[in-house]
Amino acid sequence: MTEMVYGAVPAQRGEPILPKWWRTLDKWSMTCVLILSGIGLLLGLAASPPLASRNGFDPFHYVERQAVFGTLALAAMLLTSMMSPVLVRRLAVLGFLGAFAALALLPVLGTDFGKGAVRWYSLGFASVQPSEFMKPVFIVVAAWMLAASQQINGPPGKLWSALLCMTIVGMLVMQPDFGQASLVLFGWGVMYFVAGAPMLLMVGMAGAVVLGGTVAYSASEHFARRIDGFLTPEVDPTTQLGYATNAIREGGLFGVGVGEGQVKWSLPDAHTDFIIAVAAEEYGLILVMIIIALYASIVVRSLLRLMRERDPFIRLAGTGLACIFGVQAMINMGVAVRLLPAKGMTLPFVSYGGSSLIAGGIAVGMLLAFTRTRPQGEIGEILRGRG
Amino acid sequence: MTRTPLRPLARILPARAKGENPDAIERENIRQRHAEMQDRARVRAEGRLLVLGLFFFCAFIVVGGRMALMAVSEPEEPVASTHGAAIAAQRADITDREGRILATNFETHSLYAQPPELVDPVAAASGLVRIFPDLDEARLIRDLSGKRKFVWIKRRISPEQKQAVHDLGDPGLMFGPREMRLYPNGKLAAHVLGGAGFGREGVNAAEVIGVAGVEKQFDEYLRDPANGAQPLTLALDLTVQAAAEQVLAGGMKLMNAKGASSILMDVHTGEVISVVSLPDFDPNDRPRPPVSGDPSDSPLFNRAVQGVYELGSTFKIFTAAQAIDLGLVSAETIIDTSGPMRVSGYPIGEFHNKNYGKLSVADVIMHSSNRGTGRLALEIGPERQKAFLGALGMFDPTPFEIVEARGGQPLVPERWTDLSTVTISYGHGLSTSPMHLAAGYAAIANGGHYVSPTILKRDGPQHGPRVLSEGAAADARRMLRRVVTGGTASLGEVPGYAVGGKTGTADKPRPQGGYYKDKVIATFASIFPSHDPKYVLVVTLDEPSIQAYDEERRTAGWTAVPVAAELIGRVAPLLGLRPDVEPGPRAAITLTSN
Repeated sequence: MTEMVYGAVPAQRGEPILPKWWRTLDKWSMTCVLILSGIGLLLGLAASPPLASRNGFDPFHYVERQAVFGTLALAAMLLTSMMSPVLVRRLAVLGFLGAFAALALLPVLGTDFGKGAVRWYSLGFASVQPSEFMKPVFIVVAAWMLAASQQINGPPGKLWSALLCMTIVGMLVMQPDFGQASLVLFGWGVMYFVAGAPMLLMVGMAGAVVLGGTVAYSASEHFARRIDGFLTPEVDPTTQLGYATNAIREGGLFGVGVGEGQVKWSLPDAHTDFIIAVAAEEYGLILVMIIIALYASIVVRSLLRLMRERDPFIRLAGTGLACIFGVQAMINMGVAVRLLPAKGMTLPFVSYGGSSLIAGGIAVGMLLAFTRTRPQGEIGEILRGRG
Repeated sequence: MTRTPLRPLARILPARAKGENPDAIERENIRQRHAEMQDRARVRAEGRLLVLGLFFFCAFIVVGGRMALMAVSEPEEPVASTHGAAIAAQRADITDREGRILATNFETHSLYAQPPELVDPVAAASGLVRIFPDLDEARLIRDLSGKRKFVWIKRRISPEQKQAVHDLGDPGLMFGPREMRLYPNGKLAAHVLGGAGFGREGVNAAEVIGVAGVEKQFDEYLRDPANGAQPLTLALDLTVQAAAEQVLAGGMKLMNAKGASSILMDVHTGEVISVVSLPDFDPNDRPRPPVSGDPSDSPLFNRAVQGVYELGSTFKIFTAAQAIDLGLVSAETIIDTSGPMRVSGYPIGEFHNKNYGKLSVADVIMHSSNRGTGRLALEIGPERQKAFLGALGMFDPTPFEIVEARGGQPLVPERWTDLSTVTISYGHGLSTSPMHLAAGYAAIANGGHYVSPTILKRDGPQHGPRVLSEGAAADARRMLRRVVTGGTASLGEVPGYAVGGKTGTADKPRPQGGYYKDKVIATFASIFPSHDPKYVLVVTLDEPSIQAYDEERRTAGWTAVPVAAELIGRVAPLLGLRPDVEPGPRAAITLTSN
């Protein structure tokens, strides 16, 4: 009656967005990301002035750009993390269509900036690398398909996502960009693994990789030389790797001091692929350990939170995003310490690069959206005596 | 596996009977089964996610651990790794008999450029030309700004030059460490040492190889690291060599000769104490072999061991010594030297067409009579003469241990006729090097043993095969002494050293045949002290000519002999020989004792 007389109280479906976001967010992971982008700016101050002076800009040209892109990336991350998983999925599918078209049109409209690989669109004030944006949206789309295949009477999502994955890998290899291609493949593989790949298949694949590697080693001299070069204890000090190794040694525990590092002058990729060497030289092992701990806590925390997730799509998409994020950081640092063969890969949030930063922001935003705490039917489980 | 049907009839039928929608039962069934499946998937995924989490955790630990290991290891100076076998450096030194350095190594740098690293190739090139004026600037600019990745600029540069290049400040100009061969005494003993050059060259080192002289002869020994850098000790004496070079150079200038050589040899050991050939060169900057002209006029040509000449009357003593050794004559036997004398239709003449009449064998040598020696040679006969000269090593290159000695192949007549026998007896028709002659005189001086000349230091006397009897050798020495006291070599007397010797003046053969009238090789082969000879000295002047007593004089007595005398006067004290001076009158002191 009251309602009929005084009019209805405006119906509020659920909680307001911001409090709910703050309550359910993985705040530790977000803090880690914020610290990482702060470290990125700090290292940019150290690593990029030589490049800027080489290219005839102000000393802190790249730092300013990094700050702008970093802010954009953090905004994209916060915005994405507030979305519901369904909204994320829908936008990601749209984004995937756009990224796929952009990737397909690269050979026609892209430029190579004289680096021998057509990976970029030049927009005048900045350049865009579609493959960076492709990674997160592909992960979401593939997770959607894999999850759909787990429905009763669902589509053959595993096959579809595998075909999609192969197409994208093919396009990336054509550029050529083996680093991104292997990341995409790795992301799909991890999701397939979590989605319940048969053990036999995985053992078979491991065997095939070993066999294929052996055959490639004995058949291709180029491949063999790269592996030999990686396996020899001697490192040619005039290569980027040699400079990086020496920089890490010079740095020691506490570094040579802010601005005192030398390696940034001799490494062309000091601000991107080898930024960890700059960090190690100027700030020492301490900062490197902090960086590693930050990456590890983001990845491991996300995976542990996803263990509780009941929705297969959210679980798979979150796993894929967390794993490519972690593996990218791991490969970048593994190359610098010669645990892995040389491969150009940026350090997420720390390395300089507009596309990489913003795409990284979107990816981590998605990850945070997926790892938000949700009701997982715990009561039902308790009722069924499984809690 | 038993399949549970989605539409269990047992439940559908009662539902129909109650009028409920049986599809709801099917949907409920599907929902339930779906939830069960998702539960199963979640349990499986939980395990796999845990595996992934562990994997990442461990991987980050490994990366961090590796980073820590690297961070605590000692930083190293970056050194470019070298590929392939390292080039062996550290060539052994060469010293004289007293251990004084003749050749050693010196650390220096080579200069090369890596054009891709150059900041400003044109400025670098002009800077380099300012430092090294011999470089061609246009060519250097072309090399440095072209596509080449590596350009050698200088093989060896001095520390001052290195600093100057360093001050240019271009990072593309680089220095490679080098070991270069240094001959600290400059031109001294240039022909013996020869010289060294670079063999295989790398950026970090270069192989030093001998190109001539003992450096080439003993190249393997000098380069062998197994010798522990033990120096190669030569028989040369640095001070004697220096004195000999100085005297000979002065003598050559004074006598207007175009070339000169001297050999000083120990008659017992065969050690060559000094060997000089002029003109000479600096082995630190060895000139290139000449491409035109007579190679024997080049400073690189070693007149003492490489050049073969008809050494003229110096050979007469061999004929006389052999004749006495064979018992055909004694030193006092009278020989008829009057002309005319014809052998196989060719007249045998004397110097200035003199006629000495009847002479004793000793006087034949003293006056240097061609006909007298020819008569002796005919007595000896071609076979015995040939065998004797062969035993003195006159037909083969000397075993002297520098590579050039192999080039000193004597010119021997194809058919050894009577005429050859006669002409060779006074030193024509057989061309040998001065080193051959020195070895022959050493056999006379040491009492009849052949000694092979050697550049290496020996510990004791050689006892080669006996070629002459003791007595014949002693007679020959007395005859040689008489040549100085009363014969053609009277200018060769050095007070206190009892020089004995024999002059030889041979007309130089024309390349197109026949002999020059006005070009001679003047030789003085001497021994001292002649009563107990220690050393042989052979001095040879090429085309000497002086004005003396209003006459142009070319004979050895006027040219080679005074030079040799001066040489002996200078080096004998250095060799530790006491001058044998007659004691002066005693002071008028009365020795009393009380």
